[in-house]
Amino acid sequence: MDSYLDGSQSGPHPGDPRTSGRSLGSAGNPPPGFMGLQTSSFTDFLASHSPGLLPGRVLPPVVGDPEPRAPAQVIRDLPHATTIVAAVCDGGVVLAGDRRATAGNMIAKRDVEKVFRSDEFSGMGYAGTGSVGIELVRLFQVELEHYEKMEGRSLSLQGKANRLAFMVRGNLAAAMQGLVVVPLFVGYDEVTGQGRIFSYDVAGGPYEEQRFYSIGSGSLFARGALKKLYFDGMSAGDAVLACVQALYDAADDDSATGGPDLPRRIFSVIATITADGFRKLPETESEQIAEQVVRERMTRPDGPPAPLHNGSLPLPLQRG
Amino acid sequence: MPFYVSPEQAMRDKADYARKGIARGRSCVALQYAGGILMVAPNPSSALHKISEIYDRIAFAAVGRYNEYENLRKAGVTYADITGYQFDRHDVTARGIANWYAQTLGTIFTESNKPFEVEIVVAEVGATPADDQIYRITFDGSVTDEPGFVAFGGQADQVSAALKEHYSDGMSLAEAFAAALAALTAPANGGERTEFAASQLEVAILERTRDHRTFRRIRATRLEELILESRPPPAVEPPADSASTPDSGSPDSGSPTSGSPTSASPAPPSGSAPSAPSAPPDSGPPTGPEPGGSDRGSGLGGTPPL
Repeated sequence: MDSYLDGSQSGPHPGDPRTSGRSLGSAGNPPPGFMGLQTSSFTDFLASHSPGLLPGRVLPPVVGDPEPRAPAQVIRDLPHATTIVAAVCDGGVVLAGDRRATAGNMIAKRDVEKVFRSDEFSGMGYAGTGSVGIELVRLFQVELEHYEKMEGRSLSLQGKANRLAFMVRGNLAAAMQGLVVVPLFVGYDEVTGQGRIFSYDVAGGPYEEQRFYSIGSGSLFARGALKKLYFDGMSAGDAVLACVQALYDAADDDSATGGPDLPRRIFSVIATITADGFRKLPETESEQIAEQVVRERMTRPDGPPAPLHNGSLPLPLQRG
Repeated sequence: MPFYVSPEQAMRDKADYARKGIARGRSCVALQYAGGILMVAPNPSSALHKISEIYDRIAFAAVGRYNEYENLRKAGVTYADITGYQFDRHDVTARGIANWYAQTLGTIFTESNKPFEVEIVVAEVGATPADDQIYRITFDGSVTDEPGFVAFGGQADQVSAALKEHYSDGMSLAEAFAAALAALTAPANGGERTEFAASQLEVAILERTRDHRTFRRIRATRLEELILESRPPPAVEPPADSASTPDSGSPDSGSPTSGSPTSASPAPPSGSAPSAPSAPPDSGPPTGPEPGGSDRGSGLGGTPPL
């Protein structure tokens, strides 16, 4: 008993404690349970304790695959999620996503939720492989909550955006094998009282976006629509309407993005984040807005027009 | 280290050492009330917490050596988060966490030179009061189920006896808080009753009806209000015959004439409204009628009532 206790003999232990993010306990062994943790990051903890739980775990190479680098057909057939839009409004930010998941040319699911609350003052949407996206969302939620419980305070908004970038980078190996997921992260910055938008690429980020942004297969159309509809200092209500119009335009031109499904009552998921926190619009509200948009499009199918002139003639014409 | 120590002696020494360490601190209480579970601990520090959140409906309270139970707290949070992530949020239970703490503390007690001088309570609020759970885990890893209420640390036996007197099922938050304070301030060895100011208490609840994360700390203004609410209401005094002398500028909280509302209303002197904030609070248990509840300041220290 003496030699075990005084450290001259260390008992068997799995792995090298120095790389596990944990300090050593008595007798040179890693302490029991999860004691002696040196990180408040849940993702870092998983990486040392159970890396198999991380979304980015590398798949074993497919034996006999003639083109090992190209994504196998099975991966191409996984459901993919599509268009997410975000717009900064007065006192916050709006985040909205469509409801369709496609696998190849088939609609895999009509009522996917792609917009999630990350914590009280932030939210995220994702585009890419559905299942990996869901995992990323869940892991990020736990990451933020874990940090808050450990440290007794929430991360700053920039800190949250950076953590998400790490997690996206951690998925890079899987992304190169075809399991791509790219988030769009938005939050209310309690320090400045403004909404902020952060985008990512497959290797991480974050890229801060001004005013509005969109990701996914329908993002080009959504961004084009928001270019014309958006103006600075819009109210939250106007920003919501602009986002719904943008999603409608994306669905209009991208088969992988779903528009409002009136018969089944499936509408975009819309959330606002303001000083009052994350608020997902109830189904009834989303339905009302969708019905209003559809009604107006009956008269003008391309949606609300943007004025061609800004109210005054451009300068060169004035001189003439 | 002696050349040889019998295992029984070693264990006994460790247990005594841990027990003494735990008895040195202040007691902490956790009890059920109608709206959830209340936890109260005397704690002068605003940065170092004895009571914390572990998961959505689960809280952690501890007494003893701070760095040791802080370590356990973080480990418990990690265990809960990993369980909730691997399975689902609803699969994280106080029972599982209590068992895990029992294993961890038991291992530490047996295998390390110095046992942890800590005692831990893990509480979970259920959908109904019948589903609430409170577990106590001692320094050597023994777990006990403590239905209704528990007092631990410090003079636990005395606080527990006092708490048992004041506890009843289905109390409101104010009533439960009053019971907790009464137990914590129970005179020890016939000594003086101590009173707690808001800044000396750490108070938290698990709110049954809240969505998602139910843990809430009660501090600052809300805690002061709760302290006021939990004190016994002023006894109603029949209108005194000397009602002609409403307190003219004297904020004396013990004056019997100012207790009846009818005597004060005919000629309210300026500046002596019953809600004058400068009224000195009574430093002992209330002995006489008080002019409304708002006369009591928040620990400004003053003369005892007449």
